[in-house]
Amino acid sequence: MYNIISISLGEIVLKGKNRGYFERKLMEQIKAVTNKFEGVKVFRDQGKIFVESNNEKDISEILEKIKKIFGIVQISPCIKVEKDIEIIKEKTIDIFKHIKSKQNVHTFKVATNRTDKRFPIKSMELNSLLGGIILKNFDDIKVDVHNPDVLIYVDIKSDCYIYSEKIKTLGGLPVGTNGKGLLLLSGGIDSPVAGYLMAKRGVEVQAIYYHTYPFTSERTDEKVKKLAEKISEYCGKIKLHSINILDVYKSIKSNCSEKESTILARRFMMRIAEKVAAENDIDVLITGENLGQVASQTVKSISVINEITGLPILRPLIGMDKTEIIEIAKQIDTYETSILPYDDCCSIFSPKHPVTRPKLNDIRKSEEYLNIDKLVSNAYSTMKIEIL
Amino acid sequence: MEIYLDNSATTKIRKEVLDEIISVHTKCYGNPSSLHRMGLEAEKKIENTRKVISKFLNAKPEEIYFTGGGTESNNIAILGHLNTNKGDGNIITTQIEHPSVYNVYKKLENDNIKVNYVDVDNYGFINIEKLKNYLNENTLLVSLIMVNNEIGSIQDINNIVNIIKSVNPKTKIHIDGIQAFGKIPIDLKQFGVDSFSFSSHKIHGPKGVGGLYIKSNSRIAPINYGGNQEKGIRSGTENTPGIVGFGKAVELISDNFEQENLKLNNLKKELSYKIKKEIDDIKINSLLDKKGAPHILSISFKDVKGEVLVHYLEECGIYVSTGSACSSKGKNISRTLKSIGLDQDYVEGTIRYSFGFFNKIEEIDYVVEKTKESVEDIRNIIKR
Repeated sequence: MYNIISISLGEIVLKGKNRGYFERKLMEQIKAVTNKFEGVKVFRDQGKIFVESNNEKDISEILEKIKKIFGIVQISPCIKVEKDIEIIKEKTIDIFKHIKSKQNVHTFKVATNRTDKRFPIKSMELNSLLGGIILKNFDDIKVDVHNPDVLIYVDIKSDCYIYSEKIKTLGGLPVGTNGKGLLLLSGGIDSPVAGYLMAKRGVEVQAIYYHTYPFTSERTDEKVKKLAEKISEYCGKIKLHSINILDVYKSIKSNCSEKESTILARRFMMRIAEKVAAENDIDVLITGENLGQVASQTVKSISVINEITGLPILRPLIGMDKTEIIEIAKQIDTYETSILPYDDCCSIFSPKHPVTRPKLNDIRKSEEYLNIDKLVSNAYSTMKIEIL
Repeated sequence: MEIYLDNSATTKIRKEVLDEIISVHTKCYGNPSSLHRMGLEAEKKIENTRKVISKFLNAKPEEIYFTGGGTESNNIAILGHLNTNKGDGNIITTQIEHPSVYNVYKKLENDNIKVNYVDVDNYGFINIEKLKNYLNENTLLVSLIMVNNEIGSIQDINNIVNIIKSVNPKTKIHIDGIQAFGKIPIDLKQFGVDSFSFSSHKIHGPKGVGGLYIKSNSRIAPINYGGNQEKGIRSGTENTPGIVGFGKAVELISDNFEQENLKLNNLKKELSYKIKKEIDDIKINSLLDKKGAPHILSISFKDVKGEVLVHYLEECGIYVSTGSACSSKGKNISRTLKSIGLDQDYVEGTIRYSFGFFNKIEEIDYVVEKTKESVEDIRNIIKR
C-alpha cells in the first residue's frame, strides 16, 4: 500500500540560518537507518523529508526506526503518485479500502493541501471531487467535516501524497547538534533516562560506568551494557568507558569517616569523568541525579560535587518525581533491565547514614588523607572501552 | 588456570559422553515413534539406556522414565501423585527442599492443600519426632530431598520410610535424589519409595535430560499431554542423543563407583582440613563422615560476603557457588542455611565447594591459598 514516508521536522524549522546544519544532521541519521535497505531514496521536498521505497515491508520497518530519531515531530506513511487526477482518484479509493479493513469507519473528510498552485484543481474542488468518489464506492459512509472517523490527506507538491495517519514522534533536536556529553551511567533507573533526555536535546552521548569488581558482579557490567544498548536506539552508538574504582572505595573506607563516603566517592567519579571528557573532547557531564530522591542528593552535596570540575554537569532529572522518571524509563524500555537485582557499586559501600549537608571544608580536609592523584590515575588505568 | 568447583550446580560433560551424543545426532537421529528402521534403532538405544539406569538403581527398566531434567521429574512426581491420589489429607515435606520441590508445594498451598514442613537439626537432618507428629492415616504424600544441595547431608531414607509405612502404608513417598544420584549407592527396591528423581548434568552427562523412577504399582497421572511417549508420563519426542549420553555417563560412574566417590570425599576432607587450619572464624556446615555427601563442602566465613568471595575466586580461576546456584541470583537468604540455625554473621559468607570427576588433589593447595588471601582481603575491607 504505502511507498513513501513523509517526515515533518520540529524545532529545526525555527533555526534560521543554522537550519541547513540541523537538517543535514537529521538527514545523516535517517540515512544511517535506511542505508541497509536496498533501493531506498531519501530526499527533501518543500520543508519535509521523504523516505521512498517500493518494498512495503521495508517501509514499515523503516517507519519503526525513524520513530526513534530525535528532531522529528510527525511522520506519515503515504502513497506517492503522479499529479494525475485519475490516478489520485484510484489511490484514494485504495487507501480508504485499506483503512476500512482495519477499523470501523462511519464518517470521513478529505483535506487537500495544494502547495503546487499550477495544479489545475483547487483544494476545495478536489476535496469534494474525492469525497464524492468515496461516497460512490462505499456504502453506509457519511462526510463529517468537524469530527470525522477518518481523515484523508492529499498533499499536492512536486508529486501528490495521499495519507491518513499522522504519527506524533519524539520531537527534540537531531543528536550531535548540541555538543558531546559524558553520561555517568549506573545500573539504576535514573541514569539511562538522563542520557535519553539530553540526547533528545541534541547532545551526542558517551557513557562512563564505575564498578567495584570483585565486590560487584560481571553481571552488573552486562546489565549496564544492555542499558547503553537500549538507549543507543535513540542516541546512536554509545562509547562506554568502564572503570574500576574499588581502590578508591577501599582508601575512603580505611581513611575517612563512613558517613562521608558517598560524597567523597562522587567527587572521585567527577574527577575521573573529567579526565575521560578531556580525552574525548566532551563538553559536559550528564548525571541522573535528582533532588532529594536519596539522602545524599541534596543541594549542599550538589554544590560540593560541582566544585570538583570546571565542566558543567547537566542533571535533566533534577526536578522530577520518581514516578515520572519511571514512566519515561518504561517508554524507552530500560525499566525492566534497570530493576534486575544485581548490586551496583553504590549498594555495598553505601553508608547507613550519609551526610546530607556536607561542608566543602570538611570534605577537603578528609581528602587530605587520600592520595587523590594516584587513586584517579590508577582508576583511569583500569578503563575498558566498548562501542555499543 | 581453571578449577571448577561448582559441580553441584552442573558438571562438565565427559568426552566419552559427548562422543556418544554426536554419534547419535549424526547416525541415529530417527524418531523412536517412527515405524521405520531408523525409528526402531533409536528406540532400541533408549531402551538400552533404560536398562543401564535401572540396573544402576536396582529397579526394573519399566520403572524408569526419561524427562527434560530434574525439575520436571520432581514436578511430574509430586503433581502426578496428587492427581492420582485425591483426598483431604496433608502433605509432608522438609524446610530444606530444592526450589523445584519447594515451589511446587508453595503453589499447592495457594490451592488450599495442607502442607507441613518438617524442620531440621544443625546438620540438616530432619526432625523425626515432627515427622511422626505430622503423619496420620490421611497423609497423602511425603516428599524429601535425599542429599541437600547446599550442605550435602544424607537423610536416612530406610529409617524414614519405615516410620512412614508404620503409620500409614498408603502414604506415597517421593525422594528428590538429584544430588544423591551417582554419589551414594542407591537401592530403590530396598528403599520401597514410590518415586525418585535424578538428573544427567550433575554426573557429567548432558543438560536437559532427567529421569524419574516410579514404582511399578504406583500409578501417576500425567501433568502434560501429547503423543504419549514414556507411557504417557512425559509426552514429547524423546531426546534420544541426550538420553543415550545420560546412559553413557551412568555407565562410566558405575564402572568405578566406589573409587571415584572416595576420591571426591578425599578432596572434600583435604580442602576442609586445610581451610580450617589456615583461616579463622569459619564454620564447616557439611559433615565429613558417612552422613555427608562426598562431593559437597559448605563453609561459612564470618564477616565475608559470599558473592564477593565468589568473584574474588573467579579472578583466580576458581569457580564456586554461594549457597546453591539456583537460589544465589535471588537476594533471599538461603532457606537451608537458616533452617540449620547458622548464625547471622556467618550466613552471608557461605560458599559451596562441590567436586567432580575432573578435580585433582593437586588443586586443593591453590584453592586454600586463594581462599585465604581473598577472605583476608574482604574482611579487611568490610570490617576495617
